[in-house]
Amino acid sequence: MSSAPDRSGRRVLVIGATSAIATETARVFAAYGARLFLTGRHPDRLEAVAADLRVRGAMQVETARLDVTDIGGHAGVIDAAAAGMGGLDVVLIAHGTLPDQRRCEESVAESLAAMQVNFTATVALLTLVANRFESARHGCIAVIGSVAGDRGRQSNYVYGAAKGGLERFLEGLRNRLFRSGVDVITIKPGFVDTPMTAQVPKNALFASPRRVGRAIYRAIESRRSVVYIPWFWRPIMCLVTALPESIFRRLRL
Amino acid sequence: MRTYQSWGRYPRASHTGVLPIVWRTEPPPLDRLDRSILPFGLGRSYGDSCLNDGGLLLDTKALDRLIAFDAGNGLLRCEAGVTLAAILALTVPKGWFLPVVPGTRWVSVGGAIANDIHGKNHHRAGTFGAHVVRLELLRSSGDRLVCSPEENAELFHATVGGLGLTGLILWAEIRLNRIPGAGIALERIRFGSLDEFFTLTESDQQYEYTVAWVDCLARGRRLGRGIFMRGDHAGWPGAPPSPLVEARLRVPCDAPAGLINRATMRAFNELYYRRQVRGRTRSLVPYTPFFFPLDTVADWSRLYGAAGFLQYQCVVPEQPGSAGMREIFERMTRSGEAPSLAVLKRFGDVPSPGLLSFPRPGLTLAVDFAFRGQRTLALLEDLDRVVRDAGGAVYPAKDARMSPESFRRFFPQWERFAVHVDPKFSSSFWRRVQRS
Ligand SMILES: Cc1cc2nc3c(=O)[nH]c(=O)nc-3n(C[C@H](O)[C@H](O)[C@H](O)COP(=O)(O)OP(=O)(O)OC[C@H]3O[C@@H](n4cnc5c(N)ncnc54)[C@H](O)[C@@H]3O)c2cc1C
Repeated sequence: MSSAPDRSGRRVLVIGATSAIATETARVFAAYGARLFLTGRHPDRLEAVAADLRVRGAMQVETARLDVTDIGGHAGVIDAAAAGMGGLDVVLIAHGTLPDQRRCEESVAESLAAMQVNFTATVALLTLVANRFESARHGCIAVIGSVAGDRGRQSNYVYGAAKGGLERFLEGLRNRLFRSGVDVITIKPGFVDTPMTAQVPKNALFASPRRVGRAIYRAIESRRSVVYIPWFWRPIMCLVTALPESIFRRLRL
Repeated sequence: MRTYQSWGRYPRASHTGVLPIVWRTEPPPLDRLDRSILPFGLGRSYGDSCLNDGGLLLDTKALDRLIAFDAGNGLLRCEAGVTLAAILALTVPKGWFLPVVPGTRWVSVGGAIANDIHGKNHHRAGTFGAHVVRLELLRSSGDRLVCSPEENAELFHATVGGLGLTGLILWAEIRLNRIPGAGIALERIRFGSLDEFFTLTESDQQYEYTVAWVDCLARGRRLGRGIFMRGDHAGWPGAPPSPLVEARLRVPCDAPAGLINRATMRAFNELYYRRQVRGRTRSLVPYTPFFFPLDTVADWSRLYGAAGFLQYQCVVPEQPGSAGMREIFERMTRSGEAPSLAVLKRFGDVPSPGLLSFPRPGLTLAVDFAFRGQRTLALLEDLDRVVRDAGGAVYPAKDARMSPESFRRFFPQWERFAVHVDPKFSSSFWRRVQRS
């Protein structure tokens, strides 16, 4: 690639586009005139987000209903996105749920369902997208992980395990796709002030979805590998992972 | 920690819950809630009109999507939690401006309608509500009603300026104005007394925006000295800001009590007045510092310390010799309180659409007071008396203490309004002014 990239017309597929973080990232792409293809479970919500992105300057916005646990539906949606926009440049994978740790402990089904949404479905999507980008020798894959994946904690290790597993998968994928010129970015937000955390008292560690969305856009632009958002989570998690297990296991984290 | 407080942080309220409103197409079942509810925008109201002590808040922050914008005729439709900042960032580069903006752009569309806000162009444009084409209101019954001056008109006039009490505004359609660019051709004129100010308000004939800053601590001959600003939209040579920047300073914590006192304010006012060396200056400035001079420091209200502060804004009909406004100035300067940042403007006679709208023809004054307990409250009650006698009003968006008697005098249509209050909705302000 030569000179500064022309930002308009970039073709972006967003999986799980109605989350606050995904929407904020898509807004930056829209402001730069990108084409966007959005997926999510609720058509009404998708349409609300799509209209917003159109007004904000997106060149084109299309939507498709997709429940990521319907693995068989993945290929069709990815094909539709590529056909609708005339190709793909960026895939942002942003779907996810925050499972109830207690309920997971009591129920095998609950644990497996959490792994299915947050890990297995993502692996399935990544496999298809990676092959497509590898043969095109072009593309950028950005996946929203979590600082929770850096170390298992009693308060949410099922979610942590899914995000941690995802991180290892992305590491390997990045390594494999490097030679094809395809970027794989692991994004690790900390606490985000979204509607889902409205009841939680906020402290200085909470970031706004807007800030997180802009940071994700920047990470994609600068082709980083692993980004903590905001940056201060990197030293925090560095400390958390450095604690010896003999001490860590006694803590109530 | 983001607790839900108002901008003046007086009074403090404790809410028993928060219900985030995220999707306009999926309104929550409000009739099943067991406590009273109140919509909350961005908490830029100063007193208790955006608070619901002991009740629930409907947080509209996530209701922040644009719906449609016609760059041909300037019609914008958006959800109620969209900020004026977001609208301007989108429309100014396309040559459109909001019909009315307040002194901060961190205000939601829902909040702007519910307080029927005014700006420096009131003498030309009237209030924000005068430019709302229609809106959708969610009632606790589950009804969703599109309201406009033609459709559900009575409910529309109750909702504009309705302090969030008639239901939740889900979205609104607003008519924007064409502008030549992102600049303001600004003229600043120093004036030495209130009389000179009155002469300068003749500018209202020629200028879109007029406003004055007044030194409330100057006494005697200098009473009412200040700086008059008038301007019009103009082109701006610079490039529009990148979607990636959002430059804002923050005041990280509460300042020590007493930082803002009579001495520091006197020094500040003196500097501000003297900074304008020549009697008259002209310049081309970007629109943001002209309209939103305080927005560069986020959470500046913390400079007032943990006790918080009160803003007093009143309007007094014009009388011969402006006796009412002079009386207010006299009482403020005599009081020993430390008023700061006084803003003076003449409201025009464009009718306000809301039954409880504050703006009406006359002179409006807005002043901040650090909260110093009973003394501050006594002074403001004293000022209320002057306003009552003059047939004026005090602005609910800035109020934390007006008496029920004052409220009824200031807003004679309140009974007609009360009929439209949703049975599930209430606020700290509403309970206060309804006390018998
Ligand atoms: C620095 C500064 C300068 C200001 N300058 C001006 C000025 O020049 N002129 C002026 O008029 N005002 C001015 N204000 C006041 C401000 O414009 C109003 O208080 C405005 O209503 C605040 O909007 P908000 O989104 O923060 O709403 P909030 O303060 O959170 O709420 C205000 C009211 O709106 C209601 N409300 C909010 N959203 C909805 C909704 N979706 N549906 C129904 N009701 C809703 C609330 O219940 C409440 O009654 C200023 C405030 C500040 C901090």
